Amino acid sequence: MEHTLTHGTASGEQPHSEKNYLNETTGIWSWMTTVDHKRIGIMYLVAVCVAFALGGTFALLVRLALLNPQHTLFGKHWVDQEMYNRFFTLHGVVMVFLFIIPSIPGSLANFVLPLMLGAKDVAFPRLNLMSFYLWVIGAVLGISGILMGGVDTGWTFYTPYSATTSTHVTIVLMAAFILGFSSIFTGLNFIATVHKLRAPGMGWFDMPLFIWGIYATAIIQILATPVLAITLVLLMIERNFQIGIFDSRIGGDPVLMQHFFWFYSHPAVYIMILPGMAIMSEIVPTFCRKTIFGYRAIAYSSISLALLSFLVWGHHMFVAGESDLANVVFSGLTFLVALPSGVKVFNWLSTMYKGNITFETPMLYALNFLILFSIGGLTGIFFATLATDVHLTDTYWVVAHFHYTMMGGTAIAFFGGIHYWWPKMTGKMYNETWGRIGAILVLIGFNVTFMSQFVMGGRGMPRRYFNYLDQFAPMHMYSTIGSWILAVAFLVTALNLLASLKFGPKASANPWGGTTMEWQTDSPPITHNFHDQPVLEREPYDYRPREVTHA
Amino acid sequence: MSTTTADLQNPQGDEHLDDVSHHHQHHFATMEQQFDTSKIGMWLFLVTEVLTFGGLFVGFGLMQNRYPREFVEAHEHLQRLAGATNTVVLLVSSFTMVMGVLAARTNQAAKCARYLWITVGCAAIFMCIKAYEYTHKYEEGLLPGYFYHHHGDLIPGSHGYSTFFSFYFMMTGLHGLHVMIGAVLLAWLAVRAKRGEFNSVYYTPVDLVGLFWHLVDMIWIYLFPLYYLIK
Amino acid sequence: MSTHNEHATDAKAEARSYTLTLTMLLILTVITVGASYIDFGQGNIVIALTIATVKATLVALFFMHLAHDKPVNGLIAVGGFIFLGLFIMFDLIDINTRRDAVPQILHPPATQAVAPPAGAAPAAAPAPAAAPAKKE
Repeated sequence: MEHTLTHGTASGEQPHSEKNYLNETTGIWSWMTTVDHKRIGIMYLVAVCVAFALGGTFALLVRLALLNPQHTLFGKHWVDQEMYNRFFTLHGVVMVFLFIIPSIPGSLANFVLPLMLGAKDVAFPRLNLMSFYLWVIGAVLGISGILMGGVDTGWTFYTPYSATTSTHVTIVLMAAFILGFSSIFTGLNFIATVHKLRAPGMGWFDMPLFIWGIYATAIIQILATPVLAITLVLLMIERNFQIGIFDSRIGGDPVLMQHFFWFYSHPAVYIMILPGMAIMSEIVPTFCRKTIFGYRAIAYSSISLALLSFLVWGHHMFVAGESDLANVVFSGLTFLVALPSGVKVFNWLSTMYKGNITFETPMLYALNFLILFSIGGLTGIFFATLATDVHLTDTYWVVAHFHYTMMGGTAIAFFGGIHYWWPKMTGKMYNETWGRIGAILVLIGFNVTFMSQFVMGGRGMPRRYFNYLDQFAPMHMYSTIGSWILAVAFLVTALNLLASLKFGPKASANPWGGTTMEWQTDSPPITHNFHDQPVLEREPYDYRPREVTHA
Repeated sequence: MSTTTADLQNPQGDEHLDDVSHHHQHHFATMEQQFDTSKIGMWLFLVTEVLTFGGLFVGFGLMQNRYPREFVEAHEHLQRLAGATNTVVLLVSSFTMVMGVLAARTNQAAKCARYLWITVGCAAIFMCIKAYEYTHKYEEGLLPGYFYHHHGDLIPGSHGYSTFFSFYFMMTGLHGLHVMIGAVLLAWLAVRAKRGEFNSVYYTPVDLVGLFWHLVDMIWIYLFPLYYLIK
Repeated sequence: MSTHNEHATDAKAEARSYTLTLTMLLILTVITVGASYIDFGQGNIVIALTIATVKATLVALFFMHLAHDKPVNGLIAVGGFIFLGLFIMFDLIDINTRRDAVPQILHPPATQAVAPPAGAAPAAAPAPAAAPAKKE
């Protein structure tokens, strides 16, 4: 892909100036008041990784509490059911609201999207900064709630318990409310950017598929998150003023609360997975040196996933008291929503077929994604089917299902994307060997942790239960050991990345030979992204030799 | 690179127009692109408002389904005349708002400021009538949630009445909050308009706040019949 | 490029269209208030919501300029309302087709009626699983 850069080549000579977005201005105030999407992306990256560590700590505590049926550690009781309830609730709340929803859009997309479009920034840079500060405020409120003792309702806040429990529900609800607006404004920014700030010559179907995925995500953020906002407000008011909308004892309908809650939270899981899929569509063609198979199919499937995701929320409520007609309708629609995901998986596989595949760390994460997300997605079909849902709902099957999709999908893609764009963001290259070790350890640890949960769930172990029958003890133990392997894997990965900042070799502009626009500028980029306005001259993922395309 | 020339900013070549290059943000190629983008952003924000209020409408509708008789009885306590007056006030304010946008766009700064102030005035009238209505409710004990203590209900002990008024106060309250925020924004705009900050090349803030104001009007267009008129 | 005079007449035409829109809106308001005094049964809510939708459309098309704007803005607006409609529709599909969770058919004990659980409001249905009251 050519652009009007007159000096420096695609192989990455640094231009005459050593100034880039990282060092052009210095001091903490310059970062706190930045409107540069790249700096905001870095701040988000640090923030969500810290959130991941916090949520992960709660996960380790959950698993530790379940290590054996006696809940002992070295023979000592250290946890009771009250504490356990708070552990799993906080794990869910932190991971969902502080980590996974903001993760890819806030950090990687913020950094990469304008670069991929050939733009200088997002549409509304100050709004971008506000999104970040809203995240910070939400995080402070959430952590305050945790320090005050946390909540024990499960991250789903079902009534009537959430309306009456004495734990600090209101402050955590407020945190989630504010985090929701952070998400909304990010989505708003991205939609406007994609519509109006594409480089000259870049039509909708010339954009990298990463953009399509983020655009689809943004649609959901705009349409679904406000309903979460109003749900949380209604819940807070119900809790504090007893208006009688959700609490059955004062005339309310708890299933209505679930309708309100899941109208957001089901599309929310697509807010989580679509960016992960977007990253996949970048990594796979790059490391297979091959044009992506079925560009339009992937683009359309992203949008249809976004839209269809709004039609299936009732499948979380099949046994909650929904009418039979509603159950059947939601079941049918849920089968439908599985199709676009399948389209993507087959397209990525077809891209790999006869590709020139290399196994750098990002590609290993991509392969992890393919395996783990496929398992996760297929096990979701068991919940679309009413007959099996009745038995599997609220068992460990569902816990394993959503961890395979959310963690095996989104989190894996997130870490793959971090490695993929690390050289662009930092100008440094991480150690490939340790990166690969990390990726493989993640795969092993993940499967040990969660495959055992499928087994348990299929045999009837309920979720969120503190006490369990002795027959489940071995599986619980394997799952806990798996969580330790995962912890080591993430530690290795984090240390590898951090070490590269100090000890890593300088990265070139395009270490992977990518074809999208972000690779046509410096690593790290200058503050204004490009020296001259780039113009699109070549389709994305076009790996054909120059002689062919420039005959 | 905001190297906008006089031609780009000022196609008619009117010399009296303020130099608006300081409004041109660096990542937009033209002011027009910037304006179009701002509009898209505002419409996206309005959609989130629609979905937020919409959620409340859905909750209200479903609760009405649940307590049909209590809701009918409760709505009799609402003052139809006050509600209708407020509807007219907001419709007129929408008119003055869009006239203000037109004035800004046609370089009539004083007229723009006047229309904006009238709109603020309408907002003030709306809030006064609201305050009057709320006072009446308070005196009758028609309050939300567990504050409800009205006597003389046909089905005493039913939660339907307090639920009705919970929704009434939540929705009119949230709407009123938006009216007040809009009024503050409009007043700020009126001051800027008087100073001549808006013209045919740059009137984006007036247009965007106008869109917000029309949404506030639209929400009331639905609120009024659902609460005050429907049995 | 337009002359100053054309600007003026354009502006006048626009102002006229706004005045016309306001007049329509006020007339519709009078109609909707008037209709509420007549008992059309179930029709009342249909009339009221239809008139409200017409008014909202007028505001959107003329006051918010959607009629003359770039189509993307109208698409965004319509999209928002469509999704709200979906939310309402699916909720109604559920709520209107529920049966009571407590079956009242299978040979209740002859000696005692099914008592509502303590604390439930007498007007609400006895609802341990919180099924809403059936419409009378």
